[in-house]
Amino acid sequence: MATIASTSRARRPAGRDRTAMLGWSAANLVIVAVSLIPLLWLVSLSFKTPDTITDGRFIPRSWTVENYRGIFTESLFTRALLNSLGIAVISTVLAVGLGAMAAYAIARLEFPGKKLLVGLALLIAMFPQVSLVSPLFNLWRQIGIFDTWIGLIIPYLTFSLPLAIYTLSAFFREIPWDLEKAAQVDGATPAQAFLRVIAPLAAPGMVTTAILVFIFCWNDFLFSISLTSTERSRTVPAAIAFFTGASQFAQPIGSIAAAAVVITIPIIIFVLLFQRRIVAGLTSGAVKG
Amino acid sequence: MSVNETVRATRVASTRKAPLSAGARAERRLGWMLCAPAVVVILAVTGYPIGYAVYLSLHRYDLRFPWDSTFIGLANYGTALRSPLWWQALAVTAIITVISVAIQFVLGMALALVMHRALIGRGLVRTVILIPYGIVTVVAAFGWRYAWTPDTGYLSGLFGDATPLTSQVWGIAVIIMAEVWKTTPFMALLLLAGLALVPEELLRAAKVDGATAWQRLTRIMLPLMKPAILVALLFRVLDSFRIFDSIYVLTAGAYDTRSVSILGYDNLFTALNLGVGSSLSVLIFLVVALVAFIFVKGFGAAAPGGEGRH
Repeated sequence: MATIASTSRARRPAGRDRTAMLGWSAANLVIVAVSLIPLLWLVSLSFKTPDTITDGRFIPRSWTVENYRGIFTESLFTRALLNSLGIAVISTVLAVGLGAMAAYAIARLEFPGKKLLVGLALLIAMFPQVSLVSPLFNLWRQIGIFDTWIGLIIPYLTFSLPLAIYTLSAFFREIPWDLEKAAQVDGATPAQAFLRVIAPLAAPGMVTTAILVFIFCWNDFLFSISLTSTERSRTVPAAIAFFTGASQFAQPIGSIAAAAVVITIPIIIFVLLFQRRIVAGLTSGAVKG
Repeated sequence: MSVNETVRATRVASTRKAPLSAGARAERRLGWMLCAPAVVVILAVTGYPIGYAVYLSLHRYDLRFPWDSTFIGLANYGTALRSPLWWQALAVTAIITVISVAIQFVLGMALALVMHRALIGRGLVRTVILIPYGIVTVVAAFGWRYAWTPDTGYLSGLFGDATPLTSQVWGIAVIIMAEVWKTTPFMALLLLAGLALVPEELLRAAKVDGATAWQRLTRIMLPLMKPAILVALLFRVLDSFRIFDSIYVLTAGAYDTRSVSILGYDNLFTALNLGVGSSLSVLIFLVVALVAFIFVKGFGAAAPGGEGRH
């Protein structure tokens, strides 16, 4: 694109901006198409009827909602959806709560061991999860939390805490904390100063962090297939892998596609509502301005 | 860096001179108390199990014969390191990591430049690319699997009658493609943040001096973005190295497409051998630690968030 712009400049300076603009717009179009096509393909599959599902066409010839009706009458899916939601929400609340305490300390207080803590968080964030699968599998069976919600919440919490601490401490550093003192000078009680002044300033960072942590927990597959064995606590990504057709001969492609679309809906809602914040959150911890 | 160090040195010196005031001591205590819960959770769930994994890896421990568990020293490591499966999985993982991160870097840089420069549709692009980032990996992998399934998929006719998911080379190619699609946006966003640090005047001055677009990219932008690039690469390499979900869905590790994570998982749940499985866990951890060490010491990648602004 850049070369198009520079060669056209030499020949006709006036048309340069238009050419460049066209180039950038074309690039945008390609990006949008490439990002969306795999998802639209799953949507298409999920609406195909059983006899057209293997026709290889991108747009369904005949449409049906039977795949969706099918998965929502299966406890295998509905129970997994409940598990996914419950486990992800609880892990998110805990991670953001504990993460906020640590992030506050890192952003505002001076204490020995701070650098060590940040280093530890980085180490954990990059830790190969599969290394924990064998020991946790054995431990969880011994202490009786194998195949329970708590058995998944604990590893999710551990791996999302570093993410929460990074993101939150980056946000907390930006908060003008002096306002708190100013409000107290103006006659606000410490509680009022915190609730009316600091909490609203901290809220956007907390929301962003919560979204990132939720996406992380929602995404997990390895722990879910390793540390669960029944639908009691199996989450959707793992449950999908165990889908079978309604009969032995029916392909579960339609059901899998429908389930895949359903668990993508929360992600799309977050992306549409909080696009700016997610971008800020993803980059805040990693790049220092 | 050196300025930072002097500042820190003077700070240390000044705190050493004066005994800790009551306020500073209270601040310390509060800091520790606030961090304690997070540290306890992290250490309990990673520190202890890793210690336990090391312990298990030194024992014969087969889930089919749990009573027959004895200390056997490094024999499990010998078994793992002598096994061609480990070396093959390591090679496959390394290939997937290197190729996919290289492609992600090039595409991510292009994507970042487009997002940085484009005036029209900037918000749309930033929104849309978050979908690959946010989508559940397993879901995306199923999308790719069905796209390449003969007859079913819209991509399956692309190479004639080829069935890409039933051969090693093509299987790995599809795995890399899925990985690139999913994580290029993350790379691009990190690079975009780095791009924002490049002063616009510098680029304009270079342009006036006759630098081509390519020269501006390689001589000005990339050197200035080095810290952001290193962090992005470090994140992506270590994350790519633990690849599991998409391989599990796309090939299930068949046709010699196992990554080290798939191998570790298989060893636990199909071979039921906790001893050898644990030695694999420790080996994977050591490789990851080595890669991180090389990045931080060799290339000088800064640990993100380590040196906050105050």
